Amino acid sequence: MNAPAQPPAAPPWTPRIVAFFCNWCTYTAADLAGVSRLKYAPNVRVIRLMCSGRVDPQFILEALRRGADGVLIGGCHPGDCHYVEGNYKMLRRFGLLQRMLADLGIPPARVRLEWISAAEGERVKAVINDMTRQLQALGPLDLPGKFADWDAEIADLAATLQTESAKEPEATHTWEPPKVLVQPQ
Amino acid sequence: MPRPKVAFYWCASCGGCEETVVDLAEDILGVVAQVDIVLWPVALDFKYHHLEALADGEIAVTFLNGAIRSTEQESMAQLLRRKSQLLVAYGACAHLGGIPGLANQFGREDILRSNYETAPTVVNEGKTRPQAVTEINGYRPHLPEQHQVVRTLDQVVDVDYFLPGCPPTPELTKAAVAAILSGNLPPKGSVLAPDTALCEACPRRATKPADVKFTEFRRPHRHLLDPQQCFLAQGVVCLGPATRSGCGVQCPGGNMPCTGCFGPTSRVRDQGAKILSSLGANVAGRTAEEIEPTLRGIPDPVGTFYRYALPASLLRRRVDIPHA
Ligand code: SF4
Repeated sequence: MNAPAQPPAAPPWTPRIVAFFCNWCTYTAADLAGVSRLKYAPNVRVIRLMCSGRVDPQFILEALRRGADGVLIGGCHPGDCHYVEGNYKMLRRFGLLQRMLADLGIPPARVRLEWISAAEGERVKAVINDMTRQLQALGPLDLPGKFADWDAEIADLAATLQTESAKEPEATHTWEPPKVLVQPQ
Repeated sequence: MPRPKVAFYWCASCGGCEETVVDLAEDILGVVAQVDIVLWPVALDFKYHHLEALADGEIAVTFLNGAIRSTEQESMAQLLRRKSQLLVAYGACAHLGGIPGLANQFGREDILRSNYETAPTVVNEGKTRPQAVTEINGYRPHLPEQHQVVRTLDQVVDVDYFLPGCPPTPELTKAAVAAILSGNLPPKGSVLAPDTALCEACPRRATKPADVKFTEFRRPHRHLLDPQQCFLAQGVVCLGPATRSGCGVQCPGGNMPCTGCFGPTSRVRDQGAKILSSLGANVAGRTAEEIEPTLRGIPDPVGTFYRYALPASLLRRRVDIPHA
């Protein structure tokens, strides 16, 4: 009763997923999951795009760079794209992007592509829960934290230079500017 | 009226940028007549204390080439920033990280071990490596230390302008110098080259396919390439669509595809992701099994798409390297 107040413990880490869902299939399915009161892990922030073919790989990298632990892309099943070719375009980019990400130290499970039709609310739930579990096992990606770590070597040197220049005044050699290579005519 | 003071400096670079300044040929005399060069280590003998003795902002403009990779380069960048009214990142390495930036795929320890111990041409039984401080005959010479990460100039200090290219062309250099001397400058932070994709300047553009379907990526050293047809139509990776123009289309002119040294236009944030997006979307096939074999024709996506721009990319480097 009289125990001193404890500072609230930081909530345990859980993964943050950025999801790019296409308007016609996967977003509608996520909507259906909501309306049907299906419970899925609250770790996903959904961004609606008109088509999975609109997912520029820059969006995926930007999400990771800003602190997402994983990115989920949802589009219509092959053959069902509202714009005919969009999901194939995404599929082709995805293969190349996954290989490039692996070379940059980002394991394939962090970026996932799923075809989910408008009727598959259950599948939205299953995919998000499964991806959350996988990311939980991988742990945080934390690129903002990594960038800060990397840049500590720059901040350290800047601080050293500052204290050094505070200690010893700047060199005060008198100096005649050197002759230029060619004098003006 | 005193002539404006100008400095040239180099950091992690190959010397090619210096070569461009020399390639100004007789035009350099016109430049030299209008300015006082106060620092140019590759050509003239100046001492750093000469530089330190200048007042802050006394140098009108510094052209700095090379990426920032060591403690010495970093402190010189900071010193030159302080002494200069304008700081120009000159060339792909200062602008985007350049070829040295590809080292961001590896850790410092891997790089040092390879260079000083395991490379096939190295004989170094004592495994001697450069030390930041050594004792020799009572002296304590200091050496710069290598950073963990290769950086663009603007990741270390504030940069006013960027001159792209590996190296920038003499024409762009002349135009930039003229703009600076006349004070007729675009907004701060501009890249001093046209803001259009290389394809728009390319003589092969008429044959650029509107809708490619790659079934194979062909590598330039293995095929005789048609000297007129767009490289994409020949199944060869060309970075022209994702790269800024201004180079005079020299590589396609020499029958080699663009490798991207001018970096992206202002509308693209990440050059590698952009070209990956456009090439990837145009691979033939509708299942992973059909697509995969074609994609294998690009064996090194990072080196192909970020040849000059890995440090400037969204991820900056391989993200899982432990610091050692
Ligand atoms: S893709 Fe390359 S070869 Fe084709 S038009 Fe563009 S720059 Fe020229």
